[in-house]
Order: sequence, then C-alpha cells, then structure tokens
Amino acid sequence: MSYEERLQNVTVLGAAGKMGSGILLLTAVEMADLMLKPENKSKTFVLNAVDVSKEGLAGLMKYLRTQVLKVAEKKTVPLRKAYADRKDIIENSEIINQYIEDVVRIVHPSTRMEAAYDSTLVFEAINENKDLKIKILSQIDKNNPHKPWFFTNTSSVPINIIDDGVGLDGRVLGFHFYNPPAVQKLVELIVTNQTSKDITEFAKVYAKNLKKVVVPSNDVAGFIGNGHFMRDALHAIHEVEKLSDEMPFEQAVYMINRVSQEYLVRPMGIFQLIDYVGIDVVRFIMQVMNPYMQDEELHSPLLDKMISLNIKGGQHSDGSQKDGFLKYEKGKPVGIYSPEKKEYIAIEDFKAQCDEKLGALPDSVVAWKSVVRMKNKDEVLKNYFNELNVLNALGADLATKYGKRSKEIGKKLVSDNVALNEEDVNTVLMTGFFHAYGPINNYFN
Amino acid sequence: MVKLRKKVYMTAGYNTISLGTGRSEFNPKKARPGIEHYIKEAGQATLEKIGGAKNVDEGIIGNFMAPRFNKQGNMPGFIPFVDEGLEWKPCSSQEGACGSGALALIGGVKSVLADTADVVLTIGVEVQNTVKAIYGADILAGAGWFQKRKNGHAYFFPGQFSDRAGAYYEKYGFERTRKGFARWFRNAIENARLCPTAQEHENKIEDLEAFYMSRKPDGRSFVDNLSVLDCSKVSDGASAITIMSEEGLKRCGIPKADAVEIISFAQVERNIANDPPDLTELTAIKKAAHLALESAGITIDQLGTIETHDCFSIAGILAVEAFGYAKPGEGADFIAAGHTARDGKIPMNTTGGLIGWGHPTGGTGVHQAVTIWEQLTGNAGDAQLEIKPDRPYGMTVNMGGDDVTVVAIIYKRGE
Repeated sequence: MSYEERLQNVTVLGAAGKMGSGILLLTAVEMADLMLKPENKSKTFVLNAVDVSKEGLAGLMKYLRTQVLKVAEKKTVPLRKAYADRKDIIENSEIINQYIEDVVRIVHPSTRMEAAYDSTLVFEAINENKDLKIKILSQIDKNNPHKPWFFTNTSSVPINIIDDGVGLDGRVLGFHFYNPPAVQKLVELIVTNQTSKDITEFAKVYAKNLKKVVVPSNDVAGFIGNGHFMRDALHAIHEVEKLSDEMPFEQAVYMINRVSQEYLVRPMGIFQLIDYVGIDVVRFIMQVMNPYMQDEELHSPLLDKMISLNIKGGQHSDGSQKDGFLKYEKGKPVGIYSPEKKEYIAIEDFKAQCDEKLGALPDSVVAWKSVVRMKNKDEVLKNYFNELNVLNALGADLATKYGKRSKEIGKKLVSDNVALNEEDVNTVLMTGFFHAYGPINNYFN
Repeated sequence: MVKLRKKVYMTAGYNTISLGTGRSEFNPKKARPGIEHYIKEAGQATLEKIGGAKNVDEGIIGNFMAPRFNKQGNMPGFIPFVDEGLEWKPCSSQEGACGSGALALIGGVKSVLADTADVVLTIGVEVQNTVKAIYGADILAGAGWFQKRKNGHAYFFPGQFSDRAGAYYEKYGFERTRKGFARWFRNAIENARLCPTAQEHENKIEDLEAFYMSRKPDGRSFVDNLSVLDCSKVSDGASAITIMSEEGLKRCGIPKADAVEIISFAQVERNIANDPPDLTELTAIKKAAHLALESAGITIDQLGTIETHDCFSIAGILAVEAFGYAKPGEGADFIAAGHTARDGKIPMNTTGGLIGWGHPTGGTGVHQAVTIWEQLTGNAGDAQLEIKPDRPYGMTVNMGGDDVTVVAIIYKRGE
C-alpha cells in the first residue's frame, strides 16, 4: 500500500480533544494536499473525526475552518498552482475558500466508533487510560478487515503494552505530538519490539510532510519529554516544600517559579507550565508512568492536595489559561494559591520581599525571548551562567541547583536508554518545550 | 507635446504619516484610523496653509481601490467632508491604479489652464492595511488586466515585476543587478530616516546592503526573482497639495517662492491588454519622461532631483535607464556607484520613495509632488538637498499598473 493509499481512509480517535483536534487538522491538510495532486483527483479521501462529544465535534469543525484559513493564507502561492485547472476560481480569496471547503469535505465527524472500521490508519488521542486505549483499539481491530495501522499519541503509556494488549503484532507505534500539535515542531517516535519497518518508514515520511522534527525515543513510559518534565516538576515541588518551612507556601511557589523562568532563561516558570498542561494531567501522567519506574517514586502529595481543592489549571475552551497554582489575568500571573487559606494571594503583596531574598540577577542576564534569536546564544548564556554560579545569593543558588538537576535528569534519560543520545534529549527540550538551551550542558559545572 | 498656455503652480503640500509595518504606531491587531481620517488630516493641513476652504474653487481626489479596500465609492463626496466650506464646490475623483495621484494633479493643472479654477485642492489617498497582504494582492491586481489574473502569481504585481527582474538578470547578470538593488534599498531606507512621516523612518538596521543581500528571493513562498525588500510597502496614508494660477497665489497670499511652477507635464497610456513590449524596459515611463523634458525644453542634466515610482527595486533601475542616465543594462551599475543617492549625480526619492517612505497606492503621485515642492522650496527639513542654480528642476514620475498609466511632471521653484 502506497503512502497515498494508506492516507485515503484515516480515523482520529478523540478528535475533539486538545491533541486530537491538532492531529486532525494536520492530517486533514496533508490529505487535502494529496487529493489536489493531478494523479489523485479521481480518488476519495476520508478522514473520520471520532469523539464521544457531539458538542466537541461541532467546535472541532469551527476550529478546523479557522485553522485551515490560516494555513491556506500562508500557502496561497502553491495553492494557485494546485487549482490552476479550475477556471472558475481566480482570486486568492476564492482559492483560499475553495481549499477550506476541500479540507472540510474530507472530514467526517462522528460519535460512533464504527467510523474507524474502514480505515487503514487510526490515530489514537483519547484519555491517557491504558485499559480504555486497549479496549477501543481492540474493538476497532476486531471489526476492521484492513489490518489498520495504529498511531498512538500517548505521552506516557508504553507502546509495547498497547501492542501486546490489543494483539497488534507490531501494527502500532507511538507518534507523540507536542501541545499544540499545529504549532509545535516536535514529534517523539516510539516503536515497539515488533513495529514493522513499513510503518516506521511511513511515519517518517508523514512527519516530514507535516514539517515536524522527529526524535526517536525508546519505549519507556513518559519517553523523553515527560521523562524530563515530570522529574523537573518534582524537583521544583520539593524545593517549594523545603522553602515552605521558612516562609508561606505562596511565596515559595513564587520564588521557584521565578527562578525556573528568569534565572534559568526559560520561556515560562515551572508552575506556570504545570498550570498550562493542567495539574490533573501532570498528576495523571505521573500515575501512568510510576508503575514502570524502578527505584523512583513519581508522585506528589502536593498535586493530590491541589486537585482535592479543585485547583486544576488547564485551559478554557477559548484557549485562555485557567487558574492553577497561579492566578492569571490576561494570561499573566497575578496571584498564587494558598492551600492553607484556600484563596489566591496577590503577588504584589509579597513580590518585593521575595525578590529581595532571592537577590539581584547578574548584569549579564538575558531574556529568553531575545536569547533564542541570538546567533551567539551559547556564548551569551555561558557568560551569564558563569556569573550566576559564583553569585552568593539564594536565587542564584536555587537556579544553579535546578540547572544541575535538570542536567542529571537529562543524562539519566540517556543512561536509562530512553533517549538514544544526549543530543536527542536537548532537541526535545529545545523544540518541544522551547527551551533556549538543552538540559545537558556545561553551564552549571 | 504640451506647452502650457499660462503659469501654473503647486504649493501648500502636506503628507500624513505612511502607516504600516515599520512604524511603531502600527499594530495589525488593533483598530486603525479609516480612510476618512487620512483625507481629512491631509486636506485640512493644506487648507490651513492657503487661508482656508473659502479660497478653493475645486477639489480632486486621487484614489485607486477604496471600493475594495474600504468598501467605499463616490470619493469626491469626501472633499467637502474635509471642511464644510468646500461643500457645493465642484469635486471629482481620478483613478488610474497607482498613477491615480498624478492623474488628480494634472486634472487640477488642466482646470487652471482651462480658466475654470484658480485654486484646486488635490488629495491622494489609499488605506490598504484593512486586509492581509495576500488579499491586498487580489485588490492591487486590478491594476492589471483581469483576464490575466488567473495565470498570474498569488502576489500578482510582485510576480509581474519579478518577471522583469528575471529577464534583467538573464540579460545583464544576477550579481551585478542585485548590487544595484541593494544600493537602491539602502538609499531608500537612509532617506526615509530623514523624513518623520516615512514608514521606514525608524529603521535602525546598520549595514543595509548586507541585510538586503541576506534576504534571497524564494519562489516557494514569494516570487522567484525578488524578495520583500525589493518591494514597496503596504501603506495607509494621504497627501494633499494645491494647484494654483498666479491669481490663485495672490488670493491666498502665497509668494511665488513658496510654490513650484509646473514647467511641463506628460501623460501616456499603454494598452493594458498587451504584455510589455520589452520586459527590460519601462517604455511608457521612457516616453512620458522624455515628452515632459522636451516640453520643458530641458535635459536630464538640468534636473536637481527626481521622485520616481519604485514600486519595486527593478522599477527604480529601469527608470534610471528610461530617463537616460544609463544605457540599457547599466542602470544597476549607475545606482551601485551611488549616483542616485542624495549626494550623487541625481538624487532620487529623497524621502525614501515607495520602498522607504511608503506606497499608499492612489496617494503616491501626490506624495511625490509634495516631496518635490518641499525640496525646491526649502521645506524638506532634515531631508533637504542643496538645489544648485544650474540644476533647478525637479521631476516626478508616477506609474499605474505595469507601465500602463504614466504621468511625468517637471517643476521649478516659483520666481
């Protein structure tokens, strides 16, 4: 079966979700582009968008139109060529509208699993629930005569477990997009002991056509991205717990959040990142990963406590940030939750006091936003971290310790054979998490 | 050849800012002033300089595509919108794509020549940032023949001039031509820095030619032979100026030395349905410029400055050749040697031209006239040139479409 044939009937499971909608968009666009090739014009392309939520699917179609519009506006130059034979559509606006229609026409929203029974490729982006995944994939595989290939977007369940659980004999691989899939360039590719070469080759071509950077990861729960993120988050939580002996909890969160952003020159603070992903999602990923970890406990009572207080983070349906550890106004943190007082305390109330404790940053400090664009980034960062390391101040100490721990986590991912090499770890953090530098570096020696 | 039967002047010019990418006030996500704002600002500023609306006999507005950019037609109705004192006076509009502004100017000149007006208020305007560039390209493509739109580039006009650039590269060499383009770009930005209303006024890039060279043309996302640095800006802006007889100047109390005299003008039209006869020549520009020079009885050596229609850098090079400063194929060298810079043999586009100052399409012709008026009357501020007695003339060349609607005007300070 050729690449085109494989993509003639595809299903995305969980298509209305945060990850599923992005996967659906990218796949719909790829399929439409194949459909527009002169040799494919007589063929039918079907992309089933399957989700349990009817409302979610209605929202998905709206999202799809908005996003395809943006895609089409960016590639009108090649689209004019693709529609060269259509005498009735002349202006760019007409071509863009036609493209939206063509992409949307491919997509068939459905709440019924049966839609996947004719597919040759199935993307799975449902809840991070191992048993549910196995149950649904088994049902589809049993009823689908085409021996479909399954691409799972799981970020934490080992792919071998899914392969064995469903009995797929290697017709599965992990194709882990980062959030949001339409924007994030990174894909972690995870094969099982049995995944066939054909599937892997197809996945690589598909990723390339989607302009994604592929990093192979071994089949260890959490893979590279969450393997680093979860441990990084736990380090931050432990630091907060230690600081909380001497100061109110919210001040400790403020300090570690600031250190992990400004001092470490990262795009956002660690607690803001946890809120972005969702406190419940972070806890869930830890729960999924934990049984596979040896000599290591991936669990935080603090996260349990926050969730029991109904403080969860995540995003509203319009994409804006929900309150979590931090309270947000127009996307900016303005308060921090105190589990003791069960309310948010305004950052303004204690900012000056905390900043004083942290101490001043070296003059050579650079903002993440500017450093990522610098050609001599390494030199600038080296210079800054050299000054930071010798600074005798609480903030500098916390940052240096944090940087060292992040490196340790990165190196462990290599020694545990999760990542093939150090470079892959750095690529995942820089591409998938937008870090200005990889965790495995010499900045904190 | 047109010989003017009486003296005609222009004075009291005004330019709004050219708003768009490059200006710090510009934020594509925020609401911006509409077309009415620009017309009013430019019109009122000019009226103030001539003693008010009571002195005006007629109004002409130059605009290209308000019906599409702004969903607005019947543009003459916006002249009384500038000032109630203009209500009930005769007004009209002129459209000739990006040459609309200069058509409005010569409309005013003809009214004065016909003795039907002594003071004509002329405004040129375009507000284009109402749509994204990809849709703006559809609208601007109206300056070409619509029958050719289907096979044209997504960015239709950049595509047309990319073909011209490609033909020029092939005939005369890529590197050599790009060097000329790089210098044209540098001059445009350096001159724009001297003019507070210019879109590139705040441009701080140090080595402009190196920056230019680092942006290679890429046909996958834009056109084959030009980069965005070869293109004029997408702009919102308006310019206004008055056209007067001697009686008009007296009525407004304006000394001749504060005005420029229109020595000659020429307007030529090329059949829009035909392809250009030679991609490496701007034939209509050549004809219009030489008709205007001949009519004025002067040679290019007597011109002190020129505002030419550099909607694309290639149009700058081809204009230099069309005027006769360089032989075909040597325009790029002439520019690369600095001869069109402000301290060169013939300073061109001294406030940045369409690439540096901006290109509110239907307003550009009027903007060019305002710039020449400023230069010849000593009102150009930091951008002021020294106008030498043996080269007292200025020229504007305004083009609509791909060398289709062209107006050349020659000016000299009033005396």
